[in-house]
Amino acid sequence: MTTMSLSRRGVLAGEWTKFSTLRSTWVTTGVSALLVVALGLIAATVGDSATGMDAVSLALSGTTLAALAVGVLGVLLSAGEYSTGMIRATFTAVPARLPVLWAKALIAGGTAFAVMTIAAVVAFLAGNPLLDSGLTALGLGDAGVLRALAGAGAYLGLVAVLGVALGMLLRSSAGSIATLAGVLLILPGLVMLLPGSLAESVSPYLPSNAGSAIMSVNPSDGSLSPWAGLAVFTGYVVVTLGAAAYRLRKSDV
Amino acid sequence: MIQVKEVTKRYGDKTVVDQLTFTAHPGQVTGFLGPNGAGKSTTMRMIVGLDTPTTGEVLVNGRRYAEHAAPLQEIGVLLDAKGVHPGRSAANHLLAMARTHGIPKKRVDEVIELAGLTKVAGKRVGNFSLGMGQRLGIAAALLGDPGVVMLDEPVNGLDPEGVLWVRNLLARLAAEGRTVVLSSHLMSETSLIADHLVVIGRGKLLADTSVASLVAQAAGGGVKVGTPATTLLGVLLAGPDVTVTPAGPEELIVSGLDARQIGQIAADHGIPLFALTPQTVSLEEAFMDLTREAVEYTSSLELAR
Repeated sequence: MTTMSLSRRGVLAGEWTKFSTLRSTWVTTGVSALLVVALGLIAATVGDSATGMDAVSLALSGTTLAALAVGVLGVLLSAGEYSTGMIRATFTAVPARLPVLWAKALIAGGTAFAVMTIAAVVAFLAGNPLLDSGLTALGLGDAGVLRALAGAGAYLGLVAVLGVALGMLLRSSAGSIATLAGVLLILPGLVMLLPGSLAESVSPYLPSNAGSAIMSVNPSDGSLSPWAGLAVFTGYVVVTLGAAAYRLRKSDV
Repeated sequence: MIQVKEVTKRYGDKTVVDQLTFTAHPGQVTGFLGPNGAGKSTTMRMIVGLDTPTTGEVLVNGRRYAEHAAPLQEIGVLLDAKGVHPGRSAANHLLAMARTHGIPKKRVDEVIELAGLTKVAGKRVGNFSLGMGQRLGIAAALLGDPGVVMLDEPVNGLDPEGVLWVRNLLARLAAEGRTVVLSSHLMSETSLIADHLVVIGRGKLLADTSVASLVAQAAGGGVKVGTPATTLLGVLLAGPDVTVTPAGPEELIVSGLDARQIGQIAADHGIPLFALTPQTVSLEEAFMDLTREAVEYTSSLELAR
């Protein structure tokens, strides 16, 4: 007992224990993976060359909805502690507070990245035999394919981190999920209502559009390049994390 | 040891804790008393760094709480028995807290057994009764084998057996040389457990005293004397520090002399007495007297809303 001490590794282990011992964690993660695989397979079955989509973008059709699911995973991990009151026990054990935020971000982001990359690869490989014969067959070895599939994992991993950050910042599950859905799903539609040239110049920089750029094998003219897009989205996530960290340090629990 | 030094906490223009100073010493149980809304919970949150004092300083074992290398080893707290994720089992809740400090699984099992939760340790906390939640909170407080144990309303929701268990546990922890603090709004319950009392109202210190001296203070209500010769006895008892007040046709209330002295004087002069009763005030009444102003203030505030 005398060797006990608080450490970053300990905080990570404690947060992993919290994460892995809730049923909601596995339900949310499972639903996210299922959305990617199921919607990818459906798109592969019904999609044809007329849509202008390639095999990879068809396989990744489920990522838009999966983003909401992994975002909820992140929100539950952070804001969920405020709604249950668990946060007081957490910050009594770790009074420095910030290590908890980093550990939650790492766990949500890492888990979402790993599971969603696998789901994307499964959707792609299992969808390939179902594709319309008019579409060009693509393999994992073709240029940009692995980048796009792992990029889907990276984007969804970052969305989970965004969920953690929003949850810590807003301290309310409902508010955080609504904000996340608004930013990822509703904002792009609203921007389309702007006058044409303005919409065209703003649209690529929206969080979901910038983050999705990494998922396309052949980037379209209207979007950022894959890596630039990912960098922009990472920037949004980092800024939100910073705001969450600031609030954690400055305000009472 | 917990040292609260001239601590003030304001939320906006509302002062919840006002220039509060007290010390909880090792080896004794300190009862932290006050009416609801007196600032007890806020003070306890400031002790473990959840809230930051507006001014003043709180030290746990000589340092600010967050500066300790192993905070759970310094102080174990129960702040809110419901502050646990309802979907997690009791054992996993404790394990998650233990892992932050590298506390072994063996210790988790020990506190589960100590709290009498062995049978339900694998069940989700959402199904726990309030009493079981309190036991889990106490188990969590003891996880790091801390030198200071601080519990907010620990007997709330416990059955009589549980109350006795908490009482014995706290006495044992104090006997082991630990600092024990428990908050309550019930004087009678607290006086059974505590050695020392810190009473606050409206965030201000009202009393910082031992249970024994509060009892003595509460007993200072004079002696009721029943005699047919009230006038004669009144004259005989008169003195510089003595007050004699008629309380009825054959009754006097005498303060400044104890029952023994009054009885002796009466006997010396052959005056018959048929009542000689020290007027004690119950601890609960003493507490109510002490906090009356604070409570009234709170009530009128609520009415004004």
